[in-house]
Amino acid sequence: MIISEQKPLPEIVKSLEGEQNIFIVGCKGCAEACHTGGETEVQEMKAKLEEEGKKIVGCTVADFLCDKALVKFSLKAHEKEINDADSILVMTCGIGVQATAKVVDKIVHPACNTINTGGARGEWRGEERCFECGECLLDYTGGICPLTACTKSLINGPCGGAKNGMCEFEPETRDCGWHLIYEKLKKLGQLDKMSIIISPKDHSKMRPPADMRKTILWALEREEEEVATK
Amino acid sequence: MNIANLAKDGKFVITAEVGPPKGVDIKEMLDDAELMRGRVDAINVTDQQSSVMRLGSLAVCRLLKEKGLEPVFQMTCRDRNRIALQSDLLSAYVLGIENVLSLTGDFVALGDHPKAKGVFDLDSVSLLLAAKELEQGRDLSGNELKGSPSFCLGAVVTPGAEPLEPQLIKMEKKVKAGAQFFQTQAVYEPEKFEMFMKAVQHLNVPVLVGIVMLRSAAMARFMNRNVAGVHVPDSLIEEMDQAKNRTQKSIEIAARLINEMKPLCQGAHIMAIGWEKRVPEVLDAAGL
Repeated sequence: MIISEQKPLPEIVKSLEGEQNIFIVGCKGCAEACHTGGETEVQEMKAKLEEEGKKIVGCTVADFLCDKALVKFSLKAHEKEINDADSILVMTCGIGVQATAKVVDKIVHPACNTINTGGARGEWRGEERCFECGECLLDYTGGICPLTACTKSLINGPCGGAKNGMCEFEPETRDCGWHLIYEKLKKLGQLDKMSIIISPKDHSKMRPPADMRKTILWALEREEEEVATK
Repeated sequence: MNIANLAKDGKFVITAEVGPPKGVDIKEMLDDAELMRGRVDAINVTDQQSSVMRLGSLAVCRLLKEKGLEPVFQMTCRDRNRIALQSDLLSAYVLGIENVLSLTGDFVALGDHPKAKGVFDLDSVSLLLAAKELEQGRDLSGNELKGSPSFCLGAVVTPGAEPLEPQLIKMEKKVKAGAQFFQTQAVYEPEKFEMFMKAVQHLNVPVLVGIVMLRSAAMARFMNRNVAGVHVPDSLIEEMDQAKNRTQKSIEIAARLINEMKPLCQGAHIMAIGWEKRVPEVLDAAGL
């Protein structure tokens, strides 16, 4: 289970600046359980954004956005609306946002921050990873996480170590995360996002919150883990 | 001596670098620095270069300062978090060190302590922001300082990067964050460098072109294969290959590159990487 919380509405609205037609994606997995991106929250978000003067061209709540096949199925059914949209608002964990960005060439905005649960990764069978950093940056980076895609977790652009789009650390196998971000932003016509100076991360948000360790879910997962190791 | 001011006054600024030793025997390094006295405007002191654990940059900067040589304190974001970086900036100031160069730092796995934790809490942009905050009398958390430092802040750029655009975007961010001068990665192609300088003209910031002395054709080929953003053209490799006296040839090429690029930029930064003793000969050959 991946814990997420919704970003403050003003932050979400600001990220949609200059975009009129929005498609909303939720998830019936963890996001529904967290009340951040289930059917109810997607409808609530639709209403809030309409109040802000946005046109919601469609929405869908996927079964599990971290399942590659399911992402494609649930978005394929809405191909037309998605094509009409200026951007997609994804109300899930960082994996769901990256999964959506991976399968559609549209601007993707995260509506949630993913809270650290100490390394849970969802079911995603792909190279995208969510750092569970608690202040999602995917809005600035074309839906590709700089914390996990860049070897050094740099948030303000590439270092000088990329050659032919590959990272100097493992030049045969590892892409330069910032090269991927640059190419994606260029494709989306959003290169200006790369010029924004991102403040240093708040690392206190990367620790699992103390109150989370007291929940039933946490206890259940611990128990599952113990059973699994036996 | 403030590098940015020197460049503003129209001087073609010359910097070179020394690498602190792995250990505490500093005689050779100080001898190398001594040879540069009066020949260069400032000497960069590298910070755990190539992620290899060595004597620290800050201590060596102070030693140079005591000898009346002007240091450039290189700071990478690899080994220290924002608390240590800010603290070292304050330390540098009270030790009389003015020029600071902000770098990301190589990845830890490429050095001699591959099991170490890479920090990268700040990056080369936010380290500049941190220094600017300190200058304003505040730290990164907004706490007030008792007395504020002032610096001449520098940064780096790779003019030969492909694609170049991400480098340019980041360079602009560095200027916005407070960079007052730039030292570049090694350049061997003046034509490409000219295009780069045109692309950054609007930033109106002094650029010191990076010169790495070629020691052999093999070294050039190695760099072409392995070093990001560095390309040695075949003509230079051939020249090195056919040279009877490689050292002389290396000096001649470095001097030629400096003179070819001198009209394009505001200075040169010579990285001798082990050949520090030859730096004065390069400057002689370049007529500087």
